[in-house]
Amino acid sequence: MGAVTLSLVLAASACGGGSSTGGGSNDSPKTLTYWASNQGASIEIDKKVLQPELDKFEKKTGIKVKLEVVPWSDLLNRILTATTSGQGPDVLNIGNTWSASLQATGALLPWDAANFEKIGGKDRFVDSALGSTGVPGQDPAAVPLYSMAYALYYNKQIFADAGITEPPATWDELVADSKKIQATGKQAIGAEGANVSENIHHVFVFAKQHGADFFTADGKPAFTDDKIVEAVKQYVDLMAKDKVIPAGNAEYAQNQSVSDFAKGRNAMLLWQSAAANLTSQGMSEDAYGIAPVPVQSGTPGTGTQINSMVAGINLAVFKNTDNLDGATEFVKFMTSDEEQKILNTAYSSIPPVRTAQDDPAFNTPANAVLKDTLAKSAAPLPQVPDESQFETAVGTAVKELFADAAAGRPVTTESVRAKLEKAQQQMPAK
Amino acid sequence: MPDPTALAARRGPAARRGSPMAPPRSFLWARRVFLTLLTGFVLVPVYVMVSSSLKPLADVSGSFRWLPSGLTIRPYIDIWSTVPLAKYFVNSLIVAGAATVCSVVIAVFAAYAVSRHTFRGRRVFTVTVLSTQMFPGILFLLPLFLLYVNIGNATGIALFGSRGGLILTYLTFSLPFSIWMLIGYFDSVPRDLDEAALVDGCGPLGALFRIVVPAAVPGIVAVAVYAFMTAWGEVLFASVMTNDTTRTLAVGLQGYSTLNDVYWNQIMAASLVVSVPVVAGFLLLQRYLVAGLTAGAVK
Amino acid sequence: MTTTTARPAVREEPPGAAPAGAGRRTGRLRRIGLPYLLLLPALVLELLVHLVPMAIGIVMSFKQLTQFHIRDWGAAPWSGLDNYKVSVDFDAPVGEALLHSFFVTVAFTLLSVGLCWLIGTAAAVFMQDAFRGRGLLRTLFLVPYALPVYTAVITWVFMFQRDNGLINHVLHDQLHLTDEPSFWLIGDNSFWALLIVSVWKGWPFAFLIVMAGLQNIPGELYEAAALDGAGMWQQIRRITLPSLRPVNQVLVLVLFLWTFNDFNTPYVMFGKAAPEAADLISVHIYQSSFVTWNFGTGSAMSVLLLLFLLVVTGVHLAVTSRGRRTADA
Repeated sequence: MGAVTLSLVLAASACGGGSSTGGGSNDSPKTLTYWASNQGASIEIDKKVLQPELDKFEKKTGIKVKLEVVPWSDLLNRILTATTSGQGPDVLNIGNTWSASLQATGALLPWDAANFEKIGGKDRFVDSALGSTGVPGQDPAAVPLYSMAYALYYNKQIFADAGITEPPATWDELVADSKKIQATGKQAIGAEGANVSENIHHVFVFAKQHGADFFTADGKPAFTDDKIVEAVKQYVDLMAKDKVIPAGNAEYAQNQSVSDFAKGRNAMLLWQSAAANLTSQGMSEDAYGIAPVPVQSGTPGTGTQINSMVAGINLAVFKNTDNLDGATEFVKFMTSDEEQKILNTAYSSIPPVRTAQDDPAFNTPANAVLKDTLAKSAAPLPQVPDESQFETAVGTAVKELFADAAAGRPVTTESVRAKLEKAQQQMPAK
Repeated sequence: MPDPTALAARRGPAARRGSPMAPPRSFLWARRVFLTLLTGFVLVPVYVMVSSSLKPLADVSGSFRWLPSGLTIRPYIDIWSTVPLAKYFVNSLIVAGAATVCSVVIAVFAAYAVSRHTFRGRRVFTVTVLSTQMFPGILFLLPLFLLYVNIGNATGIALFGSRGGLILTYLTFSLPFSIWMLIGYFDSVPRDLDEAALVDGCGPLGALFRIVVPAAVPGIVAVAVYAFMTAWGEVLFASVMTNDTTRTLAVGLQGYSTLNDVYWNQIMAASLVVSVPVVAGFLLLQRYLVAGLTAGAVK
Repeated sequence: MTTTTARPAVREEPPGAAPAGAGRRTGRLRRIGLPYLLLLPALVLELLVHLVPMAIGIVMSFKQLTQFHIRDWGAAPWSGLDNYKVSVDFDAPVGEALLHSFFVTVAFTLLSVGLCWLIGTAAAVFMQDAFRGRGLLRTLFLVPYALPVYTAVITWVFMFQRDNGLINHVLHDQLHLTDEPSFWLIGDNSFWALLIVSVWKGWPFAFLIVMAGLQNIPGELYEAAALDGAGMWQQIRRITLPSLRPVNQVLVLVLFLWTFNDFNTPYVMFGKAAPEAADLISVHIYQSSFVTWNFGTGSAMSVLLLLFLLVVTGVHLAVTSRGRRTADA
């Protein structure tokens, strides 16, 4: 039995990975498999949005696209296993924050100048979106598909009842306004305390506003920097000290804070491109306003005035696709002006393609805030290969700090530093 | 050595009785209190599941209430369109059903071999099979995936992402316990019976199918139920090894906690719907189960 | 493949034609070969799904298998014992976290197995004699075990929500036992929440097995005890419990292994990032390999876990010297 086992192991390792030869081919030019991330209210809704477009593509090129909408909970695992085994889709969506991590695996087709030329050139895309496609200085691992930015969504009625006329522009104002709101018996602002990714997106912005980065220029983690500690503490203090985030939100991880907002329980919500989501929950567009995420002082801009991450979805081509030309053709199709308008409208996101972005559809007041943020005051999350570990380690640290705050345990500079210290030590050794 | 057919017919645990002595008060009270508390513990989640599945969304997304503000069967209609539940259901049925059948057949053969034959390596076999119960699933998730892919590349048999791969995986999950239980059960079937059959000219397999298997029905049912439940409830491997078309209920149910909102009433309705086949089957077969375990596992 | 070609050959043999005509030698060969033939399907499958992948997993534990190398794991650099060193360096965070997770799992498993056994045995003993409604109760008690894991856990999660859940509604709103609604899904309470779910789900199995075990206790023992004047409680203590010992030895071992390795319950309950207090080892290893993309270290941790379970099982078997069937086979 031992011998059989051994030989099977050897067989498995001999072809382990299966894709070591790299390069794609054009062996099956008539079909493509596409993994789409779940963008709409449900997987079924996504299929309804995407299928007509894929049919158009088939009509145009004769290539049949097999669509699978993958839930977020499974997406990274599916990509990982696809990478390990070489058995994957031809084209896939990735969260843009994963770009550098997935780039490091070498499983994705690098978008060099020649490849970009095939889809109309790199210049078609806005810079902020291109900044989230991989490690700076390397050929991007993916092409921007949908862009999103954080904004402050506020309930107009609750604001009026509390006597607030202007949405808060700084965190101090936000806390002050929250107190007025709480005086009317409503909850002030929601958060997803147990959602690791949401935590990362917020503390990243706070860190920027404190003039700090989670990684040094040469890619080493610097989580225990004084300013980082301050930044994380400021975010958690919204619950711990200022008590404007309800304690119950510490266990939220399934977007309950969005429902709370849609149902009028919370006055405010910091969220990325929430319009379609709120509409589908029955909140009318007149009921809420959209303002830029607050800053420490002054107005949003670059440097310490950053008030959002560059959120979004990228489109990547699996390197060992057996329909390289078709895959490129498909990327070109999905990033064409027309498709960009249709898809980004459906998902209430902003097209990362310049020419599509100019369309009047994206000039509504709601979209104007998001577009403005993306253009002027958004920064990409660290584009380092260890990004996914960073999200897990720091995001979990923040989750635990929220749990402390919710349980009434003090959140001090020391306790924040201790959690971040632990997170930093969990990062892979360099 | 208990007679298996008699066991199968017997309805419940053996009465301790023999003595006409009535149980003392303290015993009756202890029993009453304990069983009442336990019933509450068991029932509350079941009640929550049933009642929440009949509530409008507003009732389940606000503070908990024992009684619904109004009853609605809406969730039971909506579950089928929110996620392709019917498709997942069929997948789960196919996967769990096939895994059960294969697992039982293979376990019967293996247990028969161990129970009725002496051969070299018998001990190694039983110990090896049982020891797989110790393997943390997480250790071989990725390797198994790689192996399936490579088998697929080499032979063209699609194991990864297919129902076949999942069936294969699940049947081996229940195999060790099934074999072990059936060895116990077969051991309790009198050997004279199949030896008589052998003398009568049945081959060893004839003896197995005509004598041993019919006598071991309770044990086989118990093993089948166990195998089915194992396959029906598994989450980890299903989440990595299935795709859109082969996704099973265990993974598909996550679809109700969507981007938007957590549709608790629909989740509860769907949970109930997917539980019914297993729970009903399990409860219908419970007396076989007890009889099967009596002779197989605990003898 | 072999099984499908081999089995019909045996089966096609007409029942009347005894091997006598076929010649003594083939008959003997067949008799020797038959058990192996019968075992073949089970063997091949166990090999394919359990043993070979496990061997690969062990090989992986000696490799440096991060996102830079997963694409071709065969070519990933060997890292010697590094993955193991990292895992057992209990002064450094990775090892410390693993050790913490290990202790949490041990505590959780002991409590869960203990409670499952206690409740299951008590229920089975109390229900040994017939009384009105016994059949109904028995059916009811088996429901938690019959429910698919994820539906049971999801229902409990629904009940454990802080703001909208039943548990806090009862404890806080109705009984006013707490000043503030407590958290059950995050923080320290998550351990107890997990334990409750695990016991709810697991005790009926103990109940079922003990119930089966009770059937094998000869009624004469009770009769004799009754004649000696032993009361109900004494009968339970002197006859029922001691007679259950062999059953318990198996039951506890099986429950222990299942609970220790349980992935479904904590994963459905807490997702990929379990709270520290309920950081069970299976999810911890999952996180160490799948979420942080370090399959080498993850595999090393799994191997360590496997070694631990081997030792525990070995000791248990040695102490209880069970293995009537397995060992003397």
